[in-house]
Amino acid sequence: MKQHICTHINGEATEFLCATEDTLLQVLRDNLRLTGTKEGCATGDCGACSVVLDNRLVCSCLVLAVEAQHSRIETVEGLADGDTLHPLQQAFLDHAALQCGICTPGFLVAAKALLDRNPSPSESEVRFWVAGNLCRCTGYDKIVRAILAAADTMRNTNSRTTDAGAQP
Amino acid sequence: MSRTPENWRSVGTRPVRPDGIDKVTGRAVFSADFNLPDALHGAVLRSPFAHARILRLDTSRAMALEGVKAIVTARDLPLIPADQATTDGQPPDFRDMSANILARDKVLYEGHAIAAIAAVDAQTAEHALTLVDVEYEVLPHVIDVQQAMEPDAPVLHDSLVTQGITPAPSHPSNIASRHEQVHGDVERGFAQADIILTEEFTTQPVHQGYIEPHACMARVASDGQTDVWCSSQGQFMVRAYCARLLDMPLSQIRVTPLEIGGGFGGKTTVYLEPLAILLARRSGRPVKMQMSRAEVFRATGPASGSYISMKIGALKDGTLVAAQGILCYQAGAFPGSPVRLGCMTAFAPYDIANVKMIGYDVVVNRPKSAAYRAPGAPMASFAAESLLDMLALRLDMDPIDLRIRNAARPGTRAAYGISFKEIGYLETLQAAKAHPHYSAPLARNQGRGVASGFWFNIGGQSSAALTLNEDGTVMVTTANPDIGGSRASMALMAAEVLEIDVSRVRPEIADTSSIAYSDLTGGSRVTFAVGMAVTQAASELLAKLRERAAMLWDTAVDEVTWRDGCAHACVDGKDVQLSLASLAAQAGKTGGPIAAHVSLNAQGAGPGFGTHICDVEVDPDTGRVTVLRYTAVQDVGKAVHPAYVEGQLQGGAAQGIGWALNEAYLYDDNGVQLNPGFLDYRMPVASDLPMIDTVLVEVPNPRHPFGVRGVGEVPIIPPLGAVANAVSRATNARHADLPMSPPVVLKAIQRAARKRR
Repeated sequence: MKQHICTHINGEATEFLCATEDTLLQVLRDNLRLTGTKEGCATGDCGACSVVLDNRLVCSCLVLAVEAQHSRIETVEGLADGDTLHPLQQAFLDHAALQCGICTPGFLVAAKALLDRNPSPSESEVRFWVAGNLCRCTGYDKIVRAILAAADTMRNTNSRTTDAGAQP
Repeated sequence: MSRTPENWRSVGTRPVRPDGIDKVTGRAVFSADFNLPDALHGAVLRSPFAHARILRLDTSRAMALEGVKAIVTARDLPLIPADQATTDGQPPDFRDMSANILARDKVLYEGHAIAAIAAVDAQTAEHALTLVDVEYEVLPHVIDVQQAMEPDAPVLHDSLVTQGITPAPSHPSNIASRHEQVHGDVERGFAQADIILTEEFTTQPVHQGYIEPHACMARVASDGQTDVWCSSQGQFMVRAYCARLLDMPLSQIRVTPLEIGGGFGGKTTVYLEPLAILLARRSGRPVKMQMSRAEVFRATGPASGSYISMKIGALKDGTLVAAQGILCYQAGAFPGSPVRLGCMTAFAPYDIANVKMIGYDVVVNRPKSAAYRAPGAPMASFAAESLLDMLALRLDMDPIDLRIRNAARPGTRAAYGISFKEIGYLETLQAAKAHPHYSAPLARNQGRGVASGFWFNIGGQSSAALTLNEDGTVMVTTANPDIGGSRASMALMAAEVLEIDVSRVRPEIADTSSIAYSDLTGGSRVTFAVGMAVTQAASELLAKLRERAAMLWDTAVDEVTWRDGCAHACVDGKDVQLSLASLAAQAGKTGGPIAAHVSLNAQGAGPGFGTHICDVEVDPDTGRVTVLRYTAVQDVGKAVHPAYVEGQLQGGAAQGIGWALNEAYLYDDNGVQLNPGFLDYRMPVASDLPMIDTVLVEVPNPRHPFGVRGVGEVPIIPPLGAVANAVSRATNARHADLPMSPPVVLKAIQRAARKRR
């Protein structure tokens, strides 16, 4: 029997029906057509299906869709604010941090989860945080640089906002 | 082109790639992202045995399951007669390819496809697989290349008689062919040598490791018109292979390329597409197929594993006088390893008077090997570059100086037969030597390795269509999937010729019905060869624009010049100009739409050379190797989009490091793969690697309008040798077996210590 699940995906109330064995990844891709989240392995080893589930970075291939009941899910489709790219997305473009692009959504979601927790990660912290995301094209160099650059941009934007707010 | 290289405004810049937004927002459609209403789900039954005869194959129980719409087996594939197996004797062999996509009579590796099923959903299809009745007679198997060459080894193909031996052997064996390459006289060369060094090397098969599993969709109309949507390295390749395997006219198939999530050579053939077409034809509904990661490991790729015995001879001053090698490559279940390319590339960077290489192409009970970035070169280069390092150590000579002494230069006749023209190998060595990395201090248990690599690069058949839109923007349509940013380089080259901003150029990749044929994306050919088609088409477009301007001004076309994206002339003593936009807007008055299409067979791909420096630290207690610093230097001709060129070097280096240190297939005693997943087939992750520094040496290729050489394949060649040489120097022990996993390294350290005692 299908299960009726109520969630918020990228801020929007979203309901779906799924089988108990369906993974969150399958539902996102097949039922909801949110195909930005990719399947690279379906065993939690490549990170291409990374999403944020209630503020926790997860491989959506390892989450049952029914577990998402009443949860808030963030996918790559929710990263940009309308036409305005998230600083991470812009940094990936500016630093040529993608070649084929299949791993990119997973890296972006994982990197955002990092920067939400740690706005000034070291190179080493970035490398270990995204160690669960496989990229076979880039050798990670430009990805790591893009994440560090985005962190910089976001810190500067935040401090400017704070400064502006502090003015009488 | 009126601009000179110093004044190029597009080529050599780093704009955001045209497909970038789609790929950072999740909008780009990769193969598994494509859906059609009413599509069935296809699944493949695969052999659980490494080698077995199929005694009985009965699909009736599976077909009876509710929701199952079609089943196909090898009986549904047309039989390809032996004399029609290839085109003019060139690979691929379509008989083998047919037997690989669906096993006929025998399964030759664990994971070999036996039947394909289309059902209403994935669960039904998977369930149906369990209802196919197969009776096997399990046969002895062999997965090791040296064992497969033994006279008493289990034979995979009863009709396989070694080619390249006279007289032909009377019995079948697993040695598909013997290849010999002779340059000079090695016996005389070794007789001159003061020093002779020999070593045996082994490398394991490695998977290309693209993150996107193979997937496709097929739809067949009742009149036979067939559509395929898939990601591959060439939509025309998919069309041609499907047509050949299914005995269909090319005009009946249209292949639409979707975004490709990595290929590295592994997507230069077909696995699922013909099955999806057959299932769609039989069921009358679209069929979508997608491999699991385990299927990717069990049935696609890999690069050949190898056993190599190699010997070099040198004078006391380091001059190489002879080199000899025996290379045995695993082809997988069907003939066709790239051993010949290994023989050709191993010593190509060096000017050696006497070289003899013998290659054996050997079948084993593993998946049919597939191209992987510079196919055949990395393992042969690993052997050659290790021997050079041994020689440098023996002579107490700087390893870069040793290479400089022997480096191939313009005019050098390479051992594989050609004379090099403009090449930049020496420049890579000089740049490597001058790099701060090369003189940085090393601490205890650390070592620095150097290695070089060579790749031919290819040109080939390529098509490009440029059309001027009504508003003066330009479409650049080509037929090659964009694996690593080629849309950007196509747009940049067109913009450069037309002298317009790259933002006014929109590159697109067309399906097989919308543009003329192009060879696939491979051989490091796209920026060079397709770039040449784009450049020529842009020049033709420009010539037409000048003609149209001349018509509007009623002047001679010779009076019209092109500058900064505008036509200029002096009419009645006045300087006049027409922008691209106004020429486009007035096209109706001057003869209609303005477009240019160029199809060509590009010649003159400049060979590529690279030199890498690698620092490692080895834990003497565990044998664990950490890569501390890495620098890749390469002659790239001209970097059209330098950031994506750097990316090629960095990505190739990382793949090579994985090949050197981690990656290997594990098999149990029955020939069943134990690690068909990313957890246990360990590719490098971000925390395994340092930043990878790059140096782009630009020795222009005179055969290309912008000096472009291919760059994609060279970077995977040097890392095997560079890492091994670094580990060998750090541990004072030679490491000749890959991967250098901790237990292997530890054992080599302990063996060397015992030898020294």
